[in-house]
Amino acid sequence: MSDTASTERGYSKSEIMIAASARLLGGAKNCFVGVGLPNIVCNLAQWTVAPDLQLIYESGAYGARPERLPLSIGDPTLVTGATAITSMYELFAYYLQRGLVDVAFLGGAQIDRFGNLNTTVIGDYDHPKVRLPGSGGACEIAIHARQILVIMRQAQRSFVDQLDFRTSPGHSGDPAHDAARGWSGSGPTAVVTDLGTYGFDETTGEMTLLTLHPLVTLEDVRANMGWDPRVADDLGETPAPSQDELRLIREELDPGGVYTK
Amino acid sequence: MQDAVRELVRDGDTVAIEGFTHLISFAAGHEIIRQRRRDLTLARMTPDVIYDQMIGAGVANKLIFSWMGNPGVGNLHAVRRRIEHADPAPLEIEEYSHFGMVCRYMAGASNLPFFPIRSYYESDIPSVNPKIVPMRSPYEDGTEVYVVPPLRPDVTIVHAQRADADGDAQIWGLLGCQKEAAFAAERVIVVVEEVVDEAVIRKDPNRTVIPGAIVDAVVEEPFGCHPSFAQGYYDRDNAFYLEWDRIAKDPETLDAWLGEWVYGLANHREYVEKFGRAYWDGLRPEPALSGEVDYGRYA
Repeated sequence: MSDTASTERGYSKSEIMIAASARLLGGAKNCFVGVGLPNIVCNLAQWTVAPDLQLIYESGAYGARPERLPLSIGDPTLVTGATAITSMYELFAYYLQRGLVDVAFLGGAQIDRFGNLNTTVIGDYDHPKVRLPGSGGACEIAIHARQILVIMRQAQRSFVDQLDFRTSPGHSGDPAHDAARGWSGSGPTAVVTDLGTYGFDETTGEMTLLTLHPLVTLEDVRANMGWDPRVADDLGETPAPSQDELRLIREELDPGGVYTK
Repeated sequence: MQDAVRELVRDGDTVAIEGFTHLISFAAGHEIIRQRRRDLTLARMTPDVIYDQMIGAGVANKLIFSWMGNPGVGNLHAVRRRIEHADPAPLEIEEYSHFGMVCRYMAGASNLPFFPIRSYYESDIPSVNPKIVPMRSPYEDGTEVYVVPPLRPDVTIVHAQRADADGDAQIWGLLGCQKEAAFAAERVIVVVEEVVDEAVIRKDPNRTVIPGAIVDAVVEEPFGCHPSFAQGYYDRDNAFYLEWDRIAKDPETLDAWLGEWVYGLANHREYVEKFGRAYWDGLRPEPALSGEVDYGRYA
């Protein structure tokens, strides 16, 4: 989707990513949120498909009701009015490791076809080309959250055949192995990019293109990933953001257009 | 603060300045830079702007962490220059996930030889950190866990909203791992917005996170977390975190900033005065008081 096309369509790439992601949260109760796009997605879902959604931030805020858009996951607005504030140990041990988290958002510098993620390093670990932030909570979130949603912009350098480093495990490519893992999480379940949405094949665990965003072609998708993607037989089109969703995003959630322009 | 750092932070120490976004003692970090400590190992879950400043100033040669970055903004440029280009010197790193770091402090605080967690499965992290070790439960289920070793800092420095003169410290808002990092340490410095009467602490004992019994020094340093924040006292200075990205990108502007805001000032009071009263007024939140609870009197 070129920028011109997105202007014609009346919404930006970020806005369709947000709307498509929020719809995936229908019925979710406890969601582990990150800053930036995931934060807007979860707040939009709270207004639309998941009114009972409890926002959990790894800083220890449970049931947060932010009155402003937080710049970081440790913003004081996440504390005032929250259901609970926990220590870091309680959050990771009791809430996450015990299996209370339904959905979590992850992203990364690199993802492979099985949803494994790299947030550690580009290049060799000991002689890095780019040193990235590292795991944070991502490694254990990937293992314990029942569902993992990934929001990432698509490009050859980020959708790669081989990760430089596997920070957070996704599917292994061997379904029997995955079933025997005994983790509370089921691994990544959806990927939303600026070009389309993906699920993961139930038998192979491989990322599968489910919908293309309006005006995006299969060639656009192929040109922006490092492997030839599996495509669903009934490949569809992502519904455009509704006027209501756009109004909420622009007027309530990100009026400054910090994340959505 | 000068006395606390002079007496309790020594060259070569492992130092943890904790606080998860909240309650990060920038004032202590600046004093360590000012006193030109060297060869420190810095531990922290999230090396944030404070460690970029300290590492940029050359106080450390090793970093133990689980997420390094400028939260909500991007990179730590000084740290990255050291890791990617050994510029101006190499920086040894030892990395975990958040849960792993928390549990290292838990083991240290609890006097345990290791702490088991369910993480790191099929991740490359253990392959670059031999201290993260797989182990099977000795019980029937035989569950595979990974264990992490205790982290016992020589010095932990935490900020809290208030403490009495003995160091009994109370925190509200994000708790991070202030308690665990303090109990894990050999020496503890507690920095607070206000030193209060012991009676204030005793009125609300549930809020006490760190007992004075493990505290070696109490320092009253209003606005001592800036640009981090103290819940209810002042907001996170997000504009400064964004500005730091520009400052740290070039070693010359970073050095100039350290010269003006750290080496050029005698102490944190001068830092606060240099910003001016209007600046701090702009960071003050509207009040949002908690309801009171009744502990009851049992005489």
